[in-house]
Amino acid sequence: MERILRLSGLEPLVATKESNFVNVGERTNVTGSKAFLRLIREERFEEALAVAREQVEGGAQILDVNMDEAMIDGKTAMVTFLNLIASEPEIAKIPIMIDSSKWEIIEAGLKCWQGKGVVNSISLKEGEEVFLQQAKYIKTMGAAMIVMAFDEVGQADSFDRRVEICSRSYDLLVKKAGIHPNDIIFDPNIFPVATGMEEHALNALDFFRATAWITEHLPGCHISGGVSNVSFSFRGNNAVREAMHAVFLYHAIQNGMDMGIVNPTMLTVYSDIDPILLEHIEDVFFNRRPDATERLLSLAETVQQGVKEVAVEELWRSFELVKRIEHSLVKGIDKYIEEDIALCLPMYEKPLQIIEGPLMSGMNVVGDLFGEGKMFLPQVVKSARVMKKAVAFLQPYIEADSQGEIQKAGKILMATVKGDVHDIGKNIVGVVLACNNYEIIDMGVMVPGNEIVQRAIEEGCDIIGLSGLITPSLDEMVKVASAMEERNLKIPLLIGGATTSKVHTAVKIAPNYSGSVIYVPDASRAVTVAEKLLGGDQGIFQEDVRTDYEKVRQHHEQHAASKRLIPIDAARKNSLKLEFNEHTVSLPKKLGVFSGEIAALDEIIPYIDWSPFFRSWDLHGKFPEILNDEVVGEEARKLLEDAKVCLSEGQQKGWFTPRYVFGIFSAQSEGDDIHIFETNSEKCLHRQIGLRQQTEKVAGQPNLCLSDFIAPINSGVQDYMGCFVVTAGDVTEVCREFELAHDDYKSILLKAVADRIAEAMAEWLHERVRQEYWGYENQALSNEELIAEKYRGIRPAPGYPACPDHYEKLGIFELLKAKETLGVSLTESLAMHPASSVSGWYFAHPDAKYFGITGILFDQFESVCERRGLTPSEHRSWFSSILK
Amino acid sequence: MDITTLLQDRILILDGAMGTMIQRYTLTEDDFRGEVFKERSGSLQGNNDLLNLTRPDIIFEIHKAYLEAGADIIETNTFSGTIIAQADYHLEDAVYDINFEGARLAKDAAKLFTDRPRFVAGSIGPTNRTASISPDVNNPGYRAVTFDDLSMAYAQQINALIDGGVDILLIETVFDTLNAKAALFAAEKVFEERNTALPIMVSGTITDLSGRTLSGQTPEAFLISLQHMPLLSIGLNCALGSELMEPYLSALAERAPFAVSAHPNAGLPNAFGQYDETAALMRDKMASFFEKKLVNIVGGCCGTTPEHIRAIADLARKYEPRKWSN
Repeated sequence: MERILRLSGLEPLVATKESNFVNVGERTNVTGSKAFLRLIREERFEEALAVAREQVEGGAQILDVNMDEAMIDGKTAMVTFLNLIASEPEIAKIPIMIDSSKWEIIEAGLKCWQGKGVVNSISLKEGEEVFLQQAKYIKTMGAAMIVMAFDEVGQADSFDRRVEICSRSYDLLVKKAGIHPNDIIFDPNIFPVATGMEEHALNALDFFRATAWITEHLPGCHISGGVSNVSFSFRGNNAVREAMHAVFLYHAIQNGMDMGIVNPTMLTVYSDIDPILLEHIEDVFFNRRPDATERLLSLAETVQQGVKEVAVEELWRSFELVKRIEHSLVKGIDKYIEEDIALCLPMYEKPLQIIEGPLMSGMNVVGDLFGEGKMFLPQVVKSARVMKKAVAFLQPYIEADSQGEIQKAGKILMATVKGDVHDIGKNIVGVVLACNNYEIIDMGVMVPGNEIVQRAIEEGCDIIGLSGLITPSLDEMVKVASAMEERNLKIPLLIGGATTSKVHTAVKIAPNYSGSVIYVPDASRAVTVAEKLLGGDQGIFQEDVRTDYEKVRQHHEQHAASKRLIPIDAARKNSLKLEFNEHTVSLPKKLGVFSGEIAALDEIIPYIDWSPFFRSWDLHGKFPEILNDEVVGEEARKLLEDAKVCLSEGQQKGWFTPRYVFGIFSAQSEGDDIHIFETNSEKCLHRQIGLRQQTEKVAGQPNLCLSDFIAPINSGVQDYMGCFVVTAGDVTEVCREFELAHDDYKSILLKAVADRIAEAMAEWLHERVRQEYWGYENQALSNEELIAEKYRGIRPAPGYPACPDHYEKLGIFELLKAKETLGVSLTESLAMHPASSVSGWYFAHPDAKYFGITGILFDQFESVCERRGLTPSEHRSWFSSILK
Repeated sequence: MDITTLLQDRILILDGAMGTMIQRYTLTEDDFRGEVFKERSGSLQGNNDLLNLTRPDIIFEIHKAYLEAGADIIETNTFSGTIIAQADYHLEDAVYDINFEGARLAKDAAKLFTDRPRFVAGSIGPTNRTASISPDVNNPGYRAVTFDDLSMAYAQQINALIDGGVDILLIETVFDTLNAKAALFAAEKVFEERNTALPIMVSGTITDLSGRTLSGQTPEAFLISLQHMPLLSIGLNCALGSELMEPYLSALAERAPFAVSAHPNAGLPNAFGQYDETAALMRDKMASFFEKKLVNIVGGCCGTTPEHIRAIADLARKYEPRKWSN
């Protein structure tokens, strides 16, 4: 039978004949290391773990753990230490050797280890019955076992006794206990040599011979031993001891020993040993001459006491500071983190910036690696603990920071939603957040939405985090979001769990709650998100998320649209059927076309929405909060100042020529089209050709077209619609002058300001139309309300989502004679010139709303061509982006 | 015929998802409660195992559908049938009945099919607690569940499943190998007490692209950790679709001294938690399992339906099973 050793921690350890020798780390053994004993006795487990980690880094392939000491509770210490090791992936990757002379400690240890470890040890000392019982138990627990050459009589100390006990043990184990020979590891006892006692002269030689015999006669099993015993009489002379260990190992391996308890960081290479010392040692091991011991003893006195402190080279400690911090976080090493953070303190203005800077960027690296599958969860948890240590270290500095504007990490409520009992992921997120100084209120699993909201209110939580694994939980999360909205909560809602996604969060959950709803893809991201949500830039972050999710929704709609479109006939049947009566149709105070120019821009300026202005400069955030932003605030203030200077300079120098034209007409719909009539006449001035959504809708959701908002031609109800063009005037000449003067900044600034003026004019004009000309609105709205479109009626524009057909601009320009009145013309590609212009329609029905058309089928396109009297080939280019 | 012999001969078909099928019925809280649990406090909706007692008609129907689709082995609806998992619903006292009835229902369904041997595997889930991972940040050494808790709970479940007549035990969706070791320990103990032995299948879950179980083990380490038992099969299920599962399945298939099983999800869930992989698509993707001779038992996990199983069974029939030596 082949001699293979198969063990496992988080990773496999497979040793075959070719892989030579498996070394077992010995320092986590209270009987062998006084230092380790002290750490365990004083419950300094963190340092005890560091000892284990050093062993692994030093090359140990198995870690021997022994807690047999009269002064400690060995069972508790074993369980605690093994459970702690299980949380340290860098250690837990290798198998454990549970080392004890007490059976109850072995049992307890086995119950903590998910991999296949080794029990050290069992023997025939207490007879066959106990031996077999223990062997069977170890097998059922999935471990290999070290079998000592020890029986009812005593320890094997000769070649014959070793052979006798090992062969008897082997037969019993294989035949009676059903143990696979590969899972048997014999320890044929390594005893000291050169003790001066005659009966010890053969100790090494007998071990070598027994090892060879076992290898030959007991197929499949392994041989191990505690090597340091052999040099016991040379205590205090490490140089000689190390040489003896190397020589002993060399010969033992030659004879078939394939595992050993050695300190891998303190081994000399056989071939490096001084030939004279080597000869003397081998004389002793092989008992080659009667005076071998004396000769080695006297030689030993002359060998220099060159105690070799072989420290594992920690190359990464030479990295630059920020890299070192990242390394500590990624590798989950907490040893140097406080030292490194202390070095950061003088480099940053505020201690909090160390968290926001190097620590958070390190955690982001962790998040990226996790996302790429290069780290796994237990490692992430480990990283979070290092983070915690760093934050704890910084805490007193943060508190002492006189600025007093420190955001205390917040209170986060976490729950697995109703109907779902899975909480492992949620717990991990809780761990990671708690590590970063957040207070976690964990409501557990299957928590109904109203209880979550109630508790969040009672506790004054800063964030709610929901988790769920199964599909129905997704609907439950939507309900929680609605419940939060009902109770007027404003705090952010975090969504996580296996089936959740950014798209689902954006499309299904976020629209139900006016506060922020943010998808957190995995535990490693939770801290970054929470930090941003509660930190100084929260407004900007939340606004960015909102914008981002809006894009996701649009993209999703496009994607869905491209996926499932229905025939135009079916879409038309599913049109929106609105009520048209005196409540929904308002008679305009004035009909006809009106135009004018704005003498004083001051009237328009309050209507300016500056947020898109900042976005065009890549400064993200909502106006006016962005002005006080910690990071971009100063830049934003400066930019706004420049814009205002530009505005007033433009006003003075007449750069802007703001004009408008609009019309209000009687109108009736017919199918997807709208007929626009001459005032007080039945003459149709224009037929607006409309596009209808062809997306497959869920039951109850209509396929919209703008014509749905206008009373049908045969309804007997007279209806109305409007259209408009506004322009800030042509600033291209002025811009060109700036460019010629190499002042590109001013040129761009002016264009951006002109765009804002045009948009503000559209808003201003719409309000005047609603309040004065059409006259159905009599209450003034704030600018915020305007921006949020909290008024009755809409002003969609051709070329935008509700009507992606630019061709309809021609109708508007024709109706309003925009070119003649305003000097705004349409280019070949139907773009408006000057560019700082806005055109569109007015719809006044209370249920009129914005919608998107992202894709149409050929059937609708053909129908549009037919209605316009154009051939598909000449008309196609206008529809290329939406025609599926 | 003995299942071990059958496995040498052909690829056996395991059934598909239970939860996905139950969702199709859009059951209400009342369905889950039935008459028996009418007065219980707290919500019971979503406790699918309870339906063995309150809507046995539905579970029976689902079993039948899978048998008709060609499953040689059907799984009992007992994934969460331990006092640990049922504690969330305060239904510890229902555990015996859930398992006994779950086994009986499946067995009754299997008996309707006499054309060839049909087997019932008692499904044993991981519970929702991990024996190797601490849920408490400040105490990485803490465990919410111990080996002893788990093995006691599993022993109870296994006894009830055997009483109900299962032919096989299927320890599945193993995210923490220590939990599985506790289940195996319990099985061994129950077998000894009852002087019997059932074939055991073990199926682990590689949670993500790190290629590890939730508790951090690689597939090979997972195999080594469970190899001490004479298993009928070892394999993978859940979390991944067949494509992403394949490298990890190969790692097992190269080394396992047992049969190898796979019951992947119908792809990865889409953004709305639904599984889009159709029967035909999943079948085509799984063809590579057969061509490379990676499997002896195949079925489906989340998102799979009788249509999926029928498609997979039709394809599997054309291939030879994986060969292995003990």
